Amino acid sequence: MNGVGAGSLPRWWRNRIPRYRLVGAKCKVCGRIHYPPREACPYCGSRDLEIVPLPRRGKLLSYTHVFSVPGDNRLSTPIILGLVDLGSAKVIAELTDVLPEELPNVKEVEAVVRKVEEQGGNGVIGYAIKFRPVLQATPGGQG
Amino acid sequence: MTRPEERVGIHGWGAYIPRWRLPMEEIGRVWGWPPHQFKGLNVKEKSVDGPDEDSTTMAIEAGLNALARAGVEPSKIGAVFFGSESKVYAVKPSATIVAEVLGITPVTMASDLEFACRAGSEGVRASIGLVSSGMVEYALAIGSDTAQAEPGDVLEFTASSGAAAFIIGPREGAAAVFEASYSYITDTPDFWRRALRPYPKHGEGFTGEPAYFHHIINAVKGLLEETGYKPSDFKYAIFHQPNGKFPVRVGKRLGFTYEQIEPALVTPYIGNTYNASALLGLARVLDRAEPGDLILLAPFGSGAGSDAYAIRVTEEIVERRDKAPTVDDYIARRKPVDYAVYAKNRKILVMLPR
Ligand SMILES: [Zn+2]
Repeated sequence: MNGVGAGSLPRWWRNRIPRYRLVGAKCKVCGRIHYPPREACPYCGSRDLEIVPLPRRGKLLSYTHVFSVPGDNRLSTPIILGLVDLGSAKVIAELTDVLPEELPNVKEVEAVVRKVEEQGGNGVIGYAIKFRPVLQATPGGQG
Repeated sequence: MTRPEERVGIHGWGAYIPRWRLPMEEIGRVWGWPPHQFKGLNVKEKSVDGPDEDSTTMAIEAGLNALARAGVEPSKIGAVFFGSESKVYAVKPSATIVAEVLGITPVTMASDLEFACRAGSEGVRASIGLVSSGMVEYALAIGSDTAQAEPGDVLEFTASSGAAAFIIGPREGAAAVFEASYSYITDTPDFWRRALRPYPKHGEGFTGEPAYFHHIINAVKGLLEETGYKPSDFKYAIFHQPNGKFPVRVGKRLGFTYEQIEPALVTPYIGNTYNASALLGLARVLDRAEPGDLILLAPFGSGAGSDAYAIRVTEEIVERRDKAPTVDDYIARRKPVDYAVYAKNRKILVMLPR
């Protein structure tokens, strides 16, 4: 889903900002926010969208495991995909820093940037947003 | 005449430590080391990066934490220095990736620095020069490492992973200001890693006295002579921490007390994070420092060299502290793993293409 492999390097590069910074595209007609950003709104067809930053914390609504992991990411097996409600948008992304048995107790998650592809050690390394359980909160902090 | 350092301060600091920990006993179990081989290091366990982490991702999180504390518009940062000995590319800057994620690009300097464990500190000193001269308004200096060690080598007990980042800018509005800095460098063969080789080597007989102690002691003495300060003038003394005993020993030889040294000690909990080692110590001290406190910082890098800094905390520190997770928040986020998971995360496992 994050392919930076042969042939898609230019596309990966063009889309690096939403992958790095967690920004979505907000439809100026119907107000819906899409992540990853889209050229056109799939709901109302409008092409009038603006890039908006998304909240970095959200609620984990659901998750699923992927045990058959291809290529470089075999070391991350199992990959856990989460559906995260950021309030203004729902996003599907990989979860990280969490063990499968801990997942039932994970309520709140936050965005981090992690490595998603290595291309066998000889290509470009791909980085993208994942979500992890929030750090223990510090008083008054984002922590 | 005022020193250039006095025009410059730290606006934000940020830490990052991965979640996973490998206990010393587990390394001893796998390689058959008797406990006396590692008990003297004063390290309980070491931090281990996850399979999707590297020196770049750790620098990004530390950088975001530093930005959150500084409250500086990323576009005002005019230089990004990434100090590491575990860069993910041999050629292609990590600093550009960090700068792009943090929103600092495109009008900025950016480069990766290498000087074993001291490159991040060189970034701090270069940032002081750029900011004090007015060439840039703010600079970001990062030390980040997923330190390598050959499986079974004594270095494996302590080589760990972590990052620390600092937004350096004008004295006005800074949470801590520099008063002076001093560097002491020689060509010393204590530790190296040749090109295309995965693991470093250490020069027997060179690692302790001629390298670590000689360079730190001379950098700190130089700083004390230049400023006229005595060890007792400092509230905190922070040294590079290759293990849990060297920083205490070098500090005592320089006339500092355990009470001045202890608050910065992170290696007993997470091992030696190389470029982040002393800088995470500084971050942990800034997490708790009070206005007016005077801090001595002395990172060290093999090869070899040390920098000594005198840093004075300002009133601004109070409202910056809670704007990002503390070093102790990351230390507390710990999950022990066994050597098998460590081998998987660290890609020590040999996996052939399917
Ligand atoms: Zn729409």
